Amino acid sequence: MEKTHILSILVENESGVLTRVAGLFSARGFNIDSICVAKTLEKSESKMIIATSGDTQILEQITKQLNRLVNVIKVQELTDEDSVLRQTVLIKVNADETTKSDIFRIKEIFGGRIIDVSRNYYTLEVTGSERKIDSLIDILRPLGIKDIVKTGIVALQRVKRTN
Amino acid sequence: MNHNHNSSKKNLMTGSKIILESLIKEGVDTIFGYPGGAVLNIYDELLNYNAQIKHILVRHEQGAAHAADGYARASGKVGVVLVTSGPGATNTITGIATANMDSVPMVILTGQVPTNLIGNDAFQEADTVGITRPCTKHNYLVKDIKDLARTIKEAFYIASTGRPGPVLIDIPKDITSSVYEFDYPENIELRGYNPTYFGHHIQISKLAAEILKAKKPLLYAGGGVISSNAAGELLELAELLDLPVTSTLMGLGCFPAEHPLFFGMLGMHGTYAANMAISNADFIVAIGARFDDRVTGKVEEFGKNAKFAHIDIDPSSIGKNVKIEIPVVGDVKSVLSSLLEVLNGRNEEISSAKYERLGWLEEINGWKYEHPLLYHMKDIIKPQYVIEKIYELTGGEAVIATEVGQSQMWTAQFYKFKNPRTLLTSGGLGTMGFGFPAAIGAQIAQPDKTVFDIAGDGSIQMNIQELATAVQYNLPVKIAIINNNFLGMIRQWQELFYHKRYSFSEMNVNPDFVKLAEAYGAVGLRAKDPDDVVPVIEKALSIKKPVIMDFVVDREEGVYPMVAPGAPITGMLLV
Ligand SMILES: Cc1ncc(C[n+]2csc(CCOP(=O)(O)OP(=O)(O)O)c2C)c(N)n1
Ligand SMILES: [Mg+2]
Repeated sequence: MEKTHILSILVENESGVLTRVAGLFSARGFNIDSICVAKTLEKSESKMIIATSGDTQILEQITKQLNRLVNVIKVQELTDEDSVLRQTVLIKVNADETTKSDIFRIKEIFGGRIIDVSRNYYTLEVTGSERKIDSLIDILRPLGIKDIVKTGIVALQRVKRTN
Repeated sequence: MNHNHNSSKKNLMTGSKIILESLIKEGVDTIFGYPGGAVLNIYDELLNYNAQIKHILVRHEQGAAHAADGYARASGKVGVVLVTSGPGATNTITGIATANMDSVPMVILTGQVPTNLIGNDAFQEADTVGITRPCTKHNYLVKDIKDLARTIKEAFYIASTGRPGPVLIDIPKDITSSVYEFDYPENIELRGYNPTYFGHHIQISKLAAEILKAKKPLLYAGGGVISSNAAGELLELAELLDLPVTSTLMGLGCFPAEHPLFFGMLGMHGTYAANMAISNADFIVAIGARFDDRVTGKVEEFGKNAKFAHIDIDPSSIGKNVKIEIPVVGDVKSVLSSLLEVLNGRNEEISSAKYERLGWLEEINGWKYEHPLLYHMKDIIKPQYVIEKIYELTGGEAVIATEVGQSQMWTAQFYKFKNPRTLLTSGGLGTMGFGFPAAIGAQIAQPDKTVFDIAGDGSIQMNIQELATAVQYNLPVKIAIINNNFLGMIRQWQELFYHKRYSFSEMNVNPDFVKLAEAYGAVGLRAKDPDDVVPVIEKALSIKKPVIMDFVVDREEGVYPMVAPGAPITGMLLV
């Protein structure tokens, strides 16, 4: 079954690790939808968050093979239910007299910020779930989007409630 | 480099010396290699180590990789390769991929251009770690001499533990000439690498219970039994419970072929009895095997009446192709010993289980007598006859390397392997050209054994240059060419699935193999009639030199039984 999956992968911070990990996906023709990598508090390790969509069984196999890589310390699949998933988008929108107030209103609703202002364009920064970002884009599109860039998804497991 | 700082330390050495000292620490006494610009420093130092390290100069780097592989398979030790950058490294790729597919422990040292030239398209530069990433268990580029000894230590550890495999170390030339303190690490710290050795006790108890309960159990053993040295435990388990055993190509030798509980290889060219047993069993225990498509045929039908247990050290092998009810992650030897412990003393359960299964063993034996492995010989030599005679005349005690194709399958069927590590064959990658250099490696590991390469006329030409190596080091390897003047396995598929359209599978021109042997300084013998076969093998066995035996066989003989690719394994074409 095809489904979006989020993998959180703790790796040793060595050159070539990203290629090793990505190679397991590409060798099976699996697309990586997004990827985020950064150091953790330990200098010697990084965490990768990979979003991918594809057959669940093949992904299970990839997960096992990720675990087999010498530089991979831990692999976890995260879901919407047990984790917080966030993405940040920067969008440059057409800002003329007729649209400026709309942009402000939309920014408020989405809890975003305007981080760059020029005569004809505003650049918005918004963080949220993938769904929220998608609907922001839908709403802004009629106003004229000049440019857009998204980060990959980052994800962190929620603290388990014990009661 | 901060030389002032270093010179205050003791035990200063060049990178080249550090490499050789580290190899000695790892117990290496033999390496297979070929020199070139990027490894000249190492080669220069190597002359000083003549007494401790034997270097075998091959004639092609692919030969070095296969020879180290054969050395490792035959001895259980890590095989070591030393080659130069660029073409030296790329020439080893087939050998590395072959070892990787069959989980063979190897360490490959490749030279690299100096660190300041990496990425510049320098002379003889290739991105060796990039190229070999998907076909090694792990690989390294050493960018700082400080890391050199630790890297070698890790490489040997990774290659030889867990599911074994080849590990490559790429070493830039400047590292081999710079100087650093040699201090071989005692310990290894690899946070992401912790193979599981001991099976989970709950899983093992479940497995024991299920084995006792099953009415039609079957052990399906693979190469993992051999690499974990668990043949003894497997025999004990099978005999304790009268469990029938079948094995994969890679597993042959893990169970004595003449044992009454053994029913031969399974899969595409497996025996009728083994394939029928798989299809009728109610409980199958896969042991160090990986459900390769050449074994399972149509995977939905494989063991369709059975529950499966799977013992393997590699969790990614378990449940890959077939649903497994009882997975046991762990080293085969350790898991089987624990299983035997759990069964120990349960004599009543064991004897009643054995009693209830008498019918099952009878059923499998029925299949065995109904369709044994067969061939009919008149006045042309049949390939199977040659293999049978090699078996008889060596008493099943030889180490047999194979090439790939029909001759490989006939060897698997007609040589009755008794002992582990006596069949060296490229099961996973199916590499033509593997057998002869592998036989050279095995002969070096085991100078007192009789070592054969059973070859096709096509395959032997893929690494024939190593005949010079065999002659140079006086290695009495016996090459038996099953000469059908065809890429026989290809011809067989074309016969069966392409209406006998023999597209480019005929070897219209072959060398005169007898003269070829002589040209290299080896001995050449030829058998044209069935009556020649035994004398030729006997003569070859009496000569303490490399020998080529050219057996001129029936050109269009086929390997049977055969299961068409993708068909259920019960759908066997028989003789
Ligand atoms: C390097 C390589 N190239 C191609 C193949 C495909 N292949 C498999 S068997 C075979 C024919 C082998 O012929 P020969 O060595 O004469 O053995 P025979 O089957 O005749 O016994 C070929 C070409 C292969 N396995 N390996
Ligand atoms: Mg042939």
